[in-house]
Amino acid sequence: MSNKFLIPIGPYHPLQEEPELFKLYCEGEIVKDIKWETGYNHRGIEKLAESKTYDQVFFLVERICGICSTSHPFAFANAVEEICNIEITNRARYIRSIIGELERIHSHLLWVGLAGHFLGYNTVFMWAWKYREPVLDLFEMITGNRNSYAMFKVGGVRRDIEGHKIREIRKVLDEVKKKTDLLTGAVMDDPVIHARTKGVGILTKEDIIDYGAVGPTARASGVAIDVRKDDPYAAYPLVNWKVITATAGDVFAKAEVRLLEMYESISIIEQCLDGLEKEKEGDINIKVKNIPEGIGTGRAEAPRGEVFHCVFSDGSNSPARHKIRAPSYVNIATFKKSCIGQSISDATISLAAVDPCYCCTERLAVAYDMHTGEKIMNGADIIRASAGQTRLIMKNLKMKV
Amino acid sequence: MMNTDAILNGLKEKFGPLVTETVKRNGKRYVVTINPSAILNVSEYLYREAGCRFIIASALHTKRGFEIHYHFSKDDCGLVLNIHVILDHNKPSIESLSNMFNASNWIEREMHELFGIDFINHPNQEKLISEGNWAEGVYPYRKEFK
Repeated sequence: MSNKFLIPIGPYHPLQEEPELFKLYCEGEIVKDIKWETGYNHRGIEKLAESKTYDQVFFLVERICGICSTSHPFAFANAVEEICNIEITNRARYIRSIIGELERIHSHLLWVGLAGHFLGYNTVFMWAWKYREPVLDLFEMITGNRNSYAMFKVGGVRRDIEGHKIREIRKVLDEVKKKTDLLTGAVMDDPVIHARTKGVGILTKEDIIDYGAVGPTARASGVAIDVRKDDPYAAYPLVNWKVITATAGDVFAKAEVRLLEMYESISIIEQCLDGLEKEKEGDINIKVKNIPEGIGTGRAEAPRGEVFHCVFSDGSNSPARHKIRAPSYVNIATFKKSCIGQSISDATISLAAVDPCYCCTERLAVAYDMHTGEKIMNGADIIRASAGQTRLIMKNLKMKV
Repeated sequence: MMNTDAILNGLKEKFGPLVTETVKRNGKRYVVTINPSAILNVSEYLYREAGCRFIIASALHTKRGFEIHYHFSKDDCGLVLNIHVILDHNKPSIESLSNMFNASNWIEREMHELFGIDFINHPNQEKLISEGNWAEGVYPYRKEFK
């Protein structure tokens, strides 16, 4: 009897919060190869952006990712402001960085929780998500939304952070800091977490360079790249902070980088709040009349790594082409390196270690035939296609691998 | 460690007439248009000698043909170098970079799928995102120009 198995994870699986299909080709307990199938989340955002005005694109790109929803508007604003060659006010810079760093804190807490869940360590999951709540409440207070904050626009931000809000943010941050201490201690000193994550899913420095991986995935393997430092934008050149790195490249190192980064984020926000107090209230915007012709490349360091937006403007009020590269697009490809040779039970945490975001990775859907202009896919078609795909997978699974 | 000027001078010295235009957008952003035949050598120089990281490539269909901007980042000086090529309208093809680094593997598949650009010597030019759901030989990002 053969001991070769194909284990599918997904496309709809309780382990994953988003639809995706991983095929693990195993011999006994060991993963020998991995294939990744995508296409379940396409929404056509790059194409849609061409039919929206620059102001509308902010709301569109904010919906690329539900977790790091401000990183895409951040990169888009940087790209468009580069085309216009404009400098925003210092107050707007501080507010942008505060939103960006609050998002990093809540996203890293979310990851720590999910990583605990994948390990079967649900106490970590419950605690991390509980401590994340006050950060989301802060977002609601500042922006009116717990997620998809609609804060950014070309030339500045939409809402100010006034004095009473600054005091509230400081109060919550003090609490978050205490809870982060607690959580970091619990995770870093726990022998079970050590046993499950150390030496698991290792990515070497060479792998990172080969795959072009970014963010905590790269920094955990000793590649100290961080757009906030390398190509500073918003308020990052105005505050003091350091890039956190580790060298082991395993899952534990990735957790370590994320946990320690939260302290840096708290420090950045505190410095930005100090800066805000010195700036004149209400000075959050400059007027931008036209977007000239040109090409703009905007980058922002999202919680998962560098978000890259390239905007081609033809001088009209919509982008002629808008290319988006989310960090998961390059990080997910590293699974080929991190999972092969692992046991099945370690493969799941290796997959989770890069904090993959599938919604970010996929942005295309096709709605019209370019030759006839006929609509070829509607909601029912998409459901039919989805059901067909499931049937195909089920059929394939009956075949011997 | 090479800085921005050294990288740009190196491009001019090594590839001379194959570099057709260099446009400075600002101190950290340059668009360098090259002859498509030089893409492999230029990328090799940037990746191996200059220590650049391949970020992604953006393709677009314009009246000039199919254009690809290969975005390279030199992280220690915050430089984004856009290597720009223009491919023929009728049979767009260019050498694949995926045998040099894996970072370009998916995006070349995606550009092949959306624009119909052929990447020569690509290790696995299968569809990336619309497998089984989209007709062969129909490329959704192509435009029609009158």
